[in-house]
Amino acid sequence: MQVMKKTDRGLSNKNLLNTFVELIRRASSDLPVDVVTAIKEGLLTEKRNSIAYKTLQMILKNIKLAKEKSLPMCQDTGTPVFYVTLPNPPLSPFVKGGCSGIRGIINQAIKESVHKLYLRPNIVDTLTGKNLGDRTGPGYPVINFEEWEKDYIKVILMLKGGGCENVGTQYALPDSRVNAGRDLEGVRRCILDAVHKAQGRGCSPGILGVCIGGDRVSSYEESKRQLLRSLDDRNENPVLGKLEQSIMKDSNRLGIGPMGFGGKTTLLGVKIGSLCRIPPSYFVSVTYMCWAYRRRGFEYENEKVRRWLY
Amino acid sequence: MVILNSPISKKEVVKLRAGDTVHLNGIIVTARDVAHKYLIEKKPKEYKKLLKNGVLYHCGPVVDRVGKKWIIAAAGPTTSMRQEPYTAEVIREYGVSGIIGKGGMGDRTLEALKKYKAVYFHAIGGLAQVLAECVVDVKDVFMLKEFGSPEAMWVLDVRDFPVTITMDSHGNSLHKTMYEKSGAILNSLITKGGL
Ligand code: SF4
Repeated sequence: MQVMKKTDRGLSNKNLLNTFVELIRRASSDLPVDVVTAIKEGLLTEKRNSIAYKTLQMILKNIKLAKEKSLPMCQDTGTPVFYVTLPNPPLSPFVKGGCSGIRGIINQAIKESVHKLYLRPNIVDTLTGKNLGDRTGPGYPVINFEEWEKDYIKVILMLKGGGCENVGTQYALPDSRVNAGRDLEGVRRCILDAVHKAQGRGCSPGILGVCIGGDRVSSYEESKRQLLRSLDDRNENPVLGKLEQSIMKDSNRLGIGPMGFGGKTTLLGVKIGSLCRIPPSYFVSVTYMCWAYRRRGFEYENEKVRRWLY
Repeated sequence: MVILNSPISKKEVVKLRAGDTVHLNGIIVTARDVAHKYLIEKKPKEYKKLLKNGVLYHCGPVVDRVGKKWIIAAAGPTTSMRQEPYTAEVIREYGVSGIIGKGGMGDRTLEALKKYKAVYFHAIGGLAQVLAECVVDVKDVFMLKEFGSPEAMWVLDVRDFPVTITMDSHGNSLHKTMYEKSGAILNSLITKGGL
């Protein structure tokens, strides 16, 4: 790998590679504090020694162990989804090769992380069923690139588990199955239906990322992006904020609880965003995230980490 | 809480009820869909003894090799529904007494649990570290080269492996009751509620 000279404002790929490996380690083994706090708050609402209480207690013990051992808190280390924001070219302390350069570094970081046991060899060729081991391939990992006017790089990584991804769903309104019209009440019915259908199968307590509007693809994409928000933030849009609170309250009344064993803690959070749409379409997309809500990030400037995120 | 030792005799199986919390000890064998398909299509005889009254675990562990020893680095349950097409037949062919997984299973499996006397143990999804600590020894591994590490059949010796019975040999399924109960609440929230 060629290292750019400092005078070129180029970055050393080696440093960046190590930072990516550390990012993966943190994401896989160390759950962010907003998530741990939400699980603890859930624990306090459950009856002492109920099955919900014991389940959450066990989950907290697991989180602690994973951190101490620097090992995956869940053996399904998921699909790595990266959000990479790069400085505009004129500002750029650039990475050689631009986006494809970053892609190469990420693929290498995944290889190293498999060998260090931060990630399970988790990618399969869909047609042959063959596990690709420490390699990567089309669709794995997922990398979203963006640009901004700042002069440093920002990277966020989410490890998205398979069990919870499977219970995600999308509605096209009107939807007669759930008696949902094209208004916020219809949206509410869809989201509550999704929580009910998921039961404990997404490893509840879960977190919902929701998008209203968009097309099928952008809607799902935005629903996942909503999960980048901090659990304790407030929605900037008061209408959506109210909807979030209402869904949260009602979901936790369903009695599904941790793992679907029964209890008050069915969801830890709800994040809702909206996109514009064309008149024929009105989508409600729900991404379900398990309690193992693994996301970490960093900002990178002058060959070093400026700040760790989450 | 019930303490069980695997293999589990059918006499013990029928005493167990959905809702029981259990600490499991003894041998459990990991198997995901690929292994299930193999067990049914190839019907390999050498597994008969191992699985008789035995316990299957829906799990694809993270495994490390230290010298000659295998170390289980992470070992939580995976979604059981993927094994639904094969499970009834595996229980019948091999005389399995227990299945450990997450998310519960369908009607065919529930029927097989009743007919051939077996139970479904629900482990906590994502509990990879706590459950890995319960593994005291890796006794053997089958089909490692053929299937790769997550799909291989790992023979694990466990102690105090914490699970909850959610489907028993009397036709009870906590998953079904929870679906109905929460469905009724949902309906009342929809009709009464609103923004
Ligand atoms: S849904 Fe999440 S916690 Fe559950 S097994 Fe998958 S990654 Fe792990």
